[in-house]
Amino acid sequence: MVSLRNHESTGRGEDAPRTPAPSAADRWRALPALVRFPLAAAAAFVAVVALTFVTGPTADLRLGSVGYYMLAIAGLQLLIGYSGQVSLGHGAFMFIGAYTMALLVLNVPALPLWANMLVTVAVACVAGVLVGAATARLHGPYLAGATLALAVGLPSLTVRFPELLGGSNGLAFSTRGAPAALAGVVTTSQWQAAAVWLTTLVGLVLLATISAGRLGRRMRALRDDESAAALAGIPVGRTKVAAFVISAACGGLAGAGQAYLLGTATPSSFTVTLSLSLLAALVLGGLGSMWGAFLGAVALVYVEVWVEDLAHVLTLGTNVSNNLPIVFFGVLLILVILIRPDGLHGMFRSLADLVRRGRRPAEPAPARSRTPSTARE
Amino acid sequence: MDHFIDLTLSGLSSGAVYAALALSLVIIYQATRVVNFAQPALALISVYIAYAVSQATGSYWLGFGAALASGLVLGAATERLLIRPVHGRSPLSAIIVTLGLLLVLQGLAGMIWSNEPHSFAYPLGFRGRFSASDWFALGSVGAAALLLFALYRFTPLGLRMRAAAFHPEAARLSGVRVGLMLTTGWAIASVIGALAGMLAAPPFIFPNVMDAVFIYAIAAAVVGGLENPFGALAGGMLLGLCLSYVSGYAGPELTTLAALAILVLVLSIRPDGLFSRPTARKV
Repeated sequence: MVSLRNHESTGRGEDAPRTPAPSAADRWRALPALVRFPLAAAAAFVAVVALTFVTGPTADLRLGSVGYYMLAIAGLQLLIGYSGQVSLGHGAFMFIGAYTMALLVLNVPALPLWANMLVTVAVACVAGVLVGAATARLHGPYLAGATLALAVGLPSLTVRFPELLGGSNGLAFSTRGAPAALAGVVTTSQWQAAAVWLTTLVGLVLLATISAGRLGRRMRALRDDESAAALAGIPVGRTKVAAFVISAACGGLAGAGQAYLLGTATPSSFTVTLSLSLLAALVLGGLGSMWGAFLGAVALVYVEVWVEDLAHVLTLGTNVSNNLPIVFFGVLLILVILIRPDGLHGMFRSLADLVRRGRRPAEPAPARSRTPSTARE
Repeated sequence: MDHFIDLTLSGLSSGAVYAALALSLVIIYQATRVVNFAQPALALISVYIAYAVSQATGSYWLGFGAALASGLVLGAATERLLIRPVHGRSPLSAIIVTLGLLLVLQGLAGMIWSNEPHSFAYPLGFRGRFSASDWFALGSVGAAALLLFALYRFTPLGLRMRAAAFHPEAARLSGVRVGLMLTTGWAIASVIGALAGMLAAPPFIFPNVMDAVFIYAIAAAVVGGLENPFGALAGGMLLGLCLSYVSGYAGPELTTLAALAILVLVLSIRPDGLFSRPTARKV
């Protein structure tokens, strides 16, 4: 019996028989979710902190960016990949989060960072309930259009209320940085990156627990067939709004992380391009899996860095080099959809299968089954 | 009162632009069930080509013709090269491909013509209460709509296009080249999109010039019902008027949020838009 394992990208549950003896990975997977996710998060946190000790301030900042983007993308993953609602306006929730953070630091300086984060989550949740309830009846292109309008419209509020929101220059503030007890041990940038990652990982653990549980199952049922889900007794509207609120909270927290890291909140960082980049990163990483969010976030931060370096090496003109990342991302997006709809995560997974079994994963293409993996593309 | 009339008139001329872009979205949606998020970028490239041609020849109207011609080519090429391969996959695939194309084309425009704004001419005079350019906007969009109506209603090509859009299998059996008809639909839509771009761009052209217009156009298309070309026209004019009043009485920063509010309001009453017949969802 060949062990068939379709690389399903949708997380629809693996019921294919698996014959080999339980490996370490399988035993890991057998742990209950409530143990597994926090353990993985703790390991990731230790890894990130360790990484900041060998890198400089710039790299710390980038590492932190990967963290908050990952949270935003993972929230979007829950919304699009799990519940099937396409939002093109998730930058709007990052905007809300960033400005909440900035306003809190400027107006209530006594509050500690974790309290700021909690308030941000609350504000983003309220915004998510409002938007989610207003758009719960929309589907497909209608929802996409409405959320796109949100992403374009919301940042213009800063111009409307310049005294409060700082107009088009935005709000700049400075945070306290590392607590006195750690003053000699870690630098400010290390502390910042670690704080952002801690927030992200707590958020991810919650997200993973939710999506593995009943609510997550309901969302996937909704995505696969709304009418059937409704017939099965799933409250369609409430589940949709719940998905929207959770992902809005992630977006808000990500925005707060960005503001904390950069010390500013400006309307120009929350353009449509940001919202589209989040979606692009999600698709690039792989729809339907939380690993996709990580890969997408890494791509979002480092592709830009690498393309800038490349432009520098090739001494391209400013017009070209300024626009190279966006063109690169667009091309990547189209290619991924045309060639590998399951994204980087799917690609890595089939590579992993290949290594583990020493053969190609079974696919409905027996004629090519002995060609090496490089022939994929 | 004077202020009100001014706002109404400017709302009509901007509404014509939204209506044109909304119309191009609806034509494509009708034919291929894809909302073309790359439409503003296709229009943008057409307008930049018009800019280049006008700069080279000194004639606005040669540029205008070049914009429409390039719209035709761009629309057809997009359908052939990018949309057809993802046909029949999940709706998300098509959305993402068009978004990818949007990023690519906006970036390319910035690479070639830089992100800085260039001044871009109005078709006719633009001074006065309801200027010659405003008349031109209303007139050209009206003419485009009439031509389109005549094409769909009275020509064999239009009949085939409708057949290909609504009953592809039956149309294929009766000898209609469905693929060609879909490509034609995209091409026609992009010509109308290029027209909208020419009307929307002045006085300045830069890579993000179409973003806001596109939001209003998509709102107009959705308000009117993505299925219905007349809905798109009516939705565009309605939105143009509403946004003009919001801009005049409440402040121009609020227009996008007002568009969102109108969108949500209309859709919460009629989830498929104002002018489309509600359909039963299949179980």
